[in-house]
Amino acid sequence: MPAGGGLRALATAAVLGTAALMTVPAQAETVMVGVILTYSGRDAALGDQIDKAIRLFQKLHGHELPDGVKVELIRRDDTGPNPDVAKRLAQELILREKVDILTGGQWTPNAMAVAALSKEAKIPFVTMTAGGSKVTLQSPYVVRTGWTLWQSSYPLGQWAAKNGFKRAYTAVSDFAPGHDGEEAFTKGFSENGGEVIGSVRIPLKTTDYLPFLQKVKDAKPEVLYHFNPGGPQATAFMKALADIGLTNSDIKIIGPGDITSDDELPNMGKAPLGVITMLQYSPAATRQANKDFVAAWKKEYGADSVPTFFAVAGWDGMRAIYDAVAAQKGKIDADRTMEFFKTWANPGSPRGPVRLDPVHRDIVQHMYLRRVEEVEGKLANVEVETLPQIGDPWKTVVLGKQ
Amino acid sequence: MSHQSATLAAATRPADPTKLRALEVLPWVAALTFYFVAPGYEPLATQVFVMILFALSLDLLVGFAGIVTLGHAALFGTGAYAAGLLSVNGITDPIVTAVLATLAAAAVGLVTGALMLRTKGLALLMLSLAACFLLYEVANQATPWTGGDDGLQGVTFSPLFGIFPFDFRGQTAFFYSLGVLFLAFLAMRRLVNSPFGWSLRGIRENDGRMRALGCPIYLRRLTAYVLASAIAGLAGALQAQTTQFVALHVLSFQLSGDILIMLILGGAGGLYGAFIGVPVYMLAQDLLAKQDPANWYLWQGAMLLAITFFAPGGLTALAQQALSAIKGKLRR
Repeated sequence: MPAGGGLRALATAAVLGTAALMTVPAQAETVMVGVILTYSGRDAALGDQIDKAIRLFQKLHGHELPDGVKVELIRRDDTGPNPDVAKRLAQELILREKVDILTGGQWTPNAMAVAALSKEAKIPFVTMTAGGSKVTLQSPYVVRTGWTLWQSSYPLGQWAAKNGFKRAYTAVSDFAPGHDGEEAFTKGFSENGGEVIGSVRIPLKTTDYLPFLQKVKDAKPEVLYHFNPGGPQATAFMKALADIGLTNSDIKIIGPGDITSDDELPNMGKAPLGVITMLQYSPAATRQANKDFVAAWKKEYGADSVPTFFAVAGWDGMRAIYDAVAAQKGKIDADRTMEFFKTWANPGSPRGPVRLDPVHRDIVQHMYLRRVEEVEGKLANVEVETLPQIGDPWKTVVLGKQ
Repeated sequence: MSHQSATLAAATRPADPTKLRALEVLPWVAALTFYFVAPGYEPLATQVFVMILFALSLDLLVGFAGIVTLGHAALFGTGAYAAGLLSVNGITDPIVTAVLATLAAAAVGLVTGALMLRTKGLALLMLSLAACFLLYEVANQATPWTGGDDGLQGVTFSPLFGIFPFDFRGQTAFFYSLGVLFLAFLAMRRLVNSPFGWSLRGIRENDGRMRALGCPIYLRRLTAYVLASAIAGLAGALQAQTTQFVALHVLSFQLSGDILIMLILGGAGGLYGAFIGVPVYMLAQDLLAKQDPANWYLWQGAMLLAITFFAPGGLTALAQQALSAIKGKLRR
């Protein structure tokens, strides 16, 4: 800058100063994201999967935001399926920490409670792994990056009926996703000529599956549809199955992938061999995006650690949040964020291409039929069939509009 | 009998307990100060008030009547579900639902108490546990009405006195629960200093002797149980109203245990244990869970162990010791 008269220097300084002032706000945009997951108690293993995915995502992709924009996470422990606790924590995150976005939503009951708040407070809520169909109806500010029980169980019912099974029994955990799974399977199965001869609902907090399985054994169905929330519960179920002599029996065991979740497979012995499940993700999948993801995971958390569909739901949840933050350059507006989510898609997800359905804000994804097989001495969920781009069938089949 | 027990009471009574001491204003001043110094903490403070009320009702049983129960959540939960179910079915006035919920809990207390109080000690403990488990299972199985593990959805209450809506910030809930707690406390204070209250202490200390004096022990204990049930039910109703939600947790054994721990932490049998134990427990929990979401139970356990070792009479006893030590020093 040439040094002219004093007046000119002053004018230049003023212009420069104004310009500097105008660029300042773009420099320090910190987006506060409240994360409510289960970090303690029996189901901490599930929350741990999601949290590991969140940390891995931040490590690998945290720098991809525009200059000066930061995402800060505030974690809270809901201690399990306790909707009252989750609701209070969400309220506190909104009031005290002034979060811009809420996420987590590990359990359907908790997600329902938090969703109701998100509507009142106008805070976008990215629910990661709650599988009850009705969650997204609770509030226009909810999106789901995980799955619904209908997505797996309705096609599974159709598959079972078309593959020669005539008489089925259902045994599900007694909470919203379990009820959804039972209803979805029953509908898919009976629409195609099958008959559900009995059903039992198992208390969510049970540890002993034997009495329920005895009922199933006595009824002698051809196929048993089962759902539990995965994690340690899945292992407890498989052990009970072996104890009562139902593994490799005439009763085929099928269900959503929760019942053979990949982190628990090594603890299950040989019990799950041959079990057929429907799910949107298996770490054994050979897609390049998945190979990269699993490799990064094992590098970070050790060779014995396996990412499950919980992790992938958390991963894509973070992807969606980061994309929304980047698109708005860190200035989060609830309605603009929801508008952005309507067209959000991630073609490179480890589970294959995913997108959000603009009407119900539910995830649309490939579903895979998998069989538990022994691969190189270890059990794995091997994908045997692909059903491309399934939305939440409940919204079309039951709600009847989309 | 009331004449005899009153004389007995008068004989053991320390300085006139109905007289208000300066220290007794402290909790209420603290509560109001909290509102101004800690904005955004209203929901937590409201939870603390509700739990203090719940702990007070347990204090009447454990501290005054000597009835130790592990199933006190059964009555809290009855109140919460009563208020919640009324709301879902169209009766949404906070005062009306609170009164009806209190009556519902009193009725449940009358039935369970009439059976339980025929026993003492361990048998009573087991029966109180059983009653709690039974009610929990009923609520768990009655999914169409209670929502089971999903919780009762769609609970809303109309504005307090038709003027103050239960807002998102929790201001109405804050003052409403503080007001109810204050009124309930005044009633409790009156109750435990009445001849009836002193006869309960007598039964706790030596029921054989009270019987010899002609005191109808079973009736007195049952009356105390029903009153405590009513207050627990009121606390449950407050919980449902201020959180606009009812979850199975309100009937759980864990809650029964937690509230007993909070009361013992503060010190049972003096009405003020609840005012110290509950805030300490809940604020520590809030703080620890924030600092270390994965391992906070461990730190909480360590804290409880330390207090049990170093202040076996609870924090009130510790505070009293400290207070009299200071007073002693001042006199010298």
